[in-house]
Amino acid sequence: MLSEGSSFLKGVMIGSIFYALITVLGHIKIGHGNRMHHHEHHHLQAPNKEEILKISEDERMELSRSFRVYCIILVKPRDVSLWAAVKETWTKHCDKAEFFSSEDVKVFESINMETNDMWLMMKKAYKYAFDKYSDQYNWFFLARPTTFAIIENLKYFLLKKDPSQPFYIGHTIKSGDFEYVSVEGGIVLSVESLKRLNSLLNTSEKCPEQGGMIWKISEDKQLAVCLKYAGVFAENAEDAEGKDVFNTKSVGLFIKEAMTNHPDQVVEGCCSDMAVTFNGLTPNQMHVMMYGVYRLRGFGHTFNDALIFLPPNGSDND
Amino acid sequence: MSEIHFQEMASKSWLNILTFLCGSAIGFFFCSQLFSILLGEQGDTQPNILHNDPHARHSDDNGQNHPEGQMNFNADSSQHKDENTDIAENLYQKVKILCWVMTGPQNLEKKAKHVKATWAQRCNKVLFMSSEENKDFPTVGLKTKEGRDQLYWKTIKAFQYVHDHYLEDADWFMKADDDTYVILDNLRWLLSKYSPEKPIYFGRRFKPFVKQGYMSGGAGYVLSKEALKRFIDAFKTEKCTHSSSIEDLALGKCMEVMNVEAGDSRDTTGKETFHPFVPEHHLIKSYLPRTFWYWNYNYYPPVQGPGCCSDLAVSFHYVDSTTMYELEYLVYHLRAYGYLYRYQPALPENILKEVSQVNKNEDPKVKLGNP
Repeated sequence: MLSEGSSFLKGVMIGSIFYALITVLGHIKIGHGNRMHHHEHHHLQAPNKEEILKISEDERMELSRSFRVYCIILVKPRDVSLWAAVKETWTKHCDKAEFFSSEDVKVFESINMETNDMWLMMKKAYKYAFDKYSDQYNWFFLARPTTFAIIENLKYFLLKKDPSQPFYIGHTIKSGDFEYVSVEGGIVLSVESLKRLNSLLNTSEKCPEQGGMIWKISEDKQLAVCLKYAGVFAENAEDAEGKDVFNTKSVGLFIKEAMTNHPDQVVEGCCSDMAVTFNGLTPNQMHVMMYGVYRLRGFGHTFNDALIFLPPNGSDND
Repeated sequence: MSEIHFQEMASKSWLNILTFLCGSAIGFFFCSQLFSILLGEQGDTQPNILHNDPHARHSDDNGQNHPEGQMNFNADSSQHKDENTDIAENLYQKVKILCWVMTGPQNLEKKAKHVKATWAQRCNKVLFMSSEENKDFPTVGLKTKEGRDQLYWKTIKAFQYVHDHYLEDADWFMKADDDTYVILDNLRWLLSKYSPEKPIYFGRRFKPFVKQGYMSGGAGYVLSKEALKRFIDAFKTEKCTHSSSIEDLALGKCMEVMNVEAGDSRDTTGKETFHPFVPEHHLIKSYLPRTFWYWNYNYYPPVQGPGCCSDLAVSFHYVDSTTMYELEYLVYHLRAYGYLYRYQPALPENILKEVSQVNKNEDPKVKLGNP
C-alpha cells in the first residue's frame, strides 16, 4: 500500500512539473506576449470639446499637417476599372498614394512588383515604402482597390497616437488565438511598425517566402505572423460607441443586414459616423461615396473640429 | 519461491505504474487549473491607464461582431455631440414646409414605411396620400382609384385636402413620391430667399410643352402658399380642369395659366438641386445614354459627372428602400472629419443676423463653422 501511495505522489509531482514546464516554454514561444498585451486595445478616442476650443486655427492646421499618410494600393491587371475609380476618388486625399502592380499595365502608371503572389507583392511594397519614405511619412495605409477610404477620418483616429510606437490597426479577425488585420478593411502601420517589419524581412527565416506547405495562407495573415515576431500586435479600431471604423463590407450591405436584423433602427445601428473604410464597392459606388462624403450634406449642420483639412488641388469631385 | 515472488513483483509494479500515471494525470490537471486561475487574473488586471474607456466591454470578441444586443439606441446622440444644429433649427422655425407623399395601399410597407423612417420626420408636417384611408399608418384617403392614370386626380385632391385642413400651418407645400428622397434642410435653404406670398413653385425644371417649363413629378416639387391658393382657386373657377392624367405636365400648365412662376432651383454655382434619378445615374458620365429622353427635356443645360448635382441637393428619385437609408446615412451621418467643403454657400441674410446675435454672447474663439 505504501509503495502505491508513494508512486501516486511521485506521479502527482511529475505531472505538475511537466505541466509547468510546458506552460513556461509555451509562453517563451509566444514571445513578449503578455508584456505587450496593453498595446492590443487602445479604443481610439476623440479629444473632448473643451480641449478643441482651446486650440487656435493655426494650431489646428499645424496639428492636421503632422499626420502624413502614405497610401499603398496593391493592384492586378484585372482590377483596372476599380483602379481607375480609386485613382480618381479617395486616393487624392492621401498625402501620397502609389499603386503597386503585379505587372506593368499600359493604361496606368504603377510600380511593378513583378510577381503574382500577393504576399510577395505586399512584402516588396512595404520594403519599397520603407526604403524610400520612412523619413517623410509617419503612417502607412495599405489597401486593395475594392476598398474606399476616408483619410481624414483615419487621421482623426490617429490623433494622440504616437507613430514612434508600433501600431498595426484595422479591422481585426480572430483565427483561434491568432488575431490579424484583414486586408479588405485596409491595414494601417505606424512608421515604427514598418521599421520593425523591414528589419525582419531582411532576415528571411521568420517571414517565409511562401505560405503554408499545402495551401496558401492569405497575405494579411502572413503579415500578422511576421509582425508578431517583431512584437507588433493587431488592434481593432472602434469609435466612441464601439462601432468598427474599418469595415470589410459596403454601406449597402450593412443597410441590407440592418433592415433584416433591426428594421426599426436601420441607420442608427448601421455604421460609424467616422468610418474610415468600406469594402466591396463597384467603381460607380466609389464615385457616389465621394459625393456623399465630401460634398452632399444638410445645410445648417456645423461641426467644430480639432483638425482642418483642405480640399486637394486640381480635383472636381470633392 | 522466486517464481511466485517474481509474479508478485510484476503485479505490484503494474499497480505502481498505474497509480503513478493516475497521479501524474491528476497533478497535470490540477496544475492547469491553478495556472489558468492565476493567468486569468493577470488578464483582467491589464492596465487601463491608456484609455478613458467608456464601455466596459473589452473586445475579446471577433471584430466582426456587431454589438446588436448591447446597442444603445440613444448612442446616436453622443456621436453627434460635436454637431451644432442651430442654423438648421432656426430655418425649421422660419421656413415651414408641409410635405405630402403620394403613395397607395400596396406600397405602404414596401416604400412609404421607409420614407416615414427617414426624411419625412424633418418636414414641419407630413401627410401620406393614398386612394384609401388607413388609420394605422396613417394615410389620408383621397377616394380615388390607384394607377398611373389616377396621378393627376390624386394630386388635385391631395392639394385640396391640404388647402382645406392645413393652409395656415405651413409656408410651402412639397409633393413627393414614395420613392423620392428629400433633404429638407437644403430645401429650406433654397426657399429661405423667397416669400411664401409670392406665386412661385420649384422643382426640376423641364422645357417641353409649357412655355415657362414645368416641374418633374418624380423629383418632387414645392408650391408657395400663394401658388397653392391659386391652384385650388383655378379648379373652383374652372380655369384649370383635369385635362390629362400626366400629373406633372398638367399641373405645370395650370401653374402657367394662373401666373405662378416656374422658379430656378439651381444653386449659386448653377448646379441642379432636384434630381429625377439616384445620384449614381447623374454622377457617372455616360450612365444615361445620349438618346435618353432626359437630355431633351431638361430646361437648363444638362450636366453629367460631378457638376450634375449641387452639394446642397434637395431630392433624388427612383430611390429604392435600401438607398433611402443609404442616403440618410451619407447625408446626416457619415462625414470627413475636419474637411473644409469647397462650396461655402452664404447664410440667408435674416438668419445671418440672428445667428451672429447669438454668437456675440459666446466665446469669440468659437467659429461659426461651415455649413
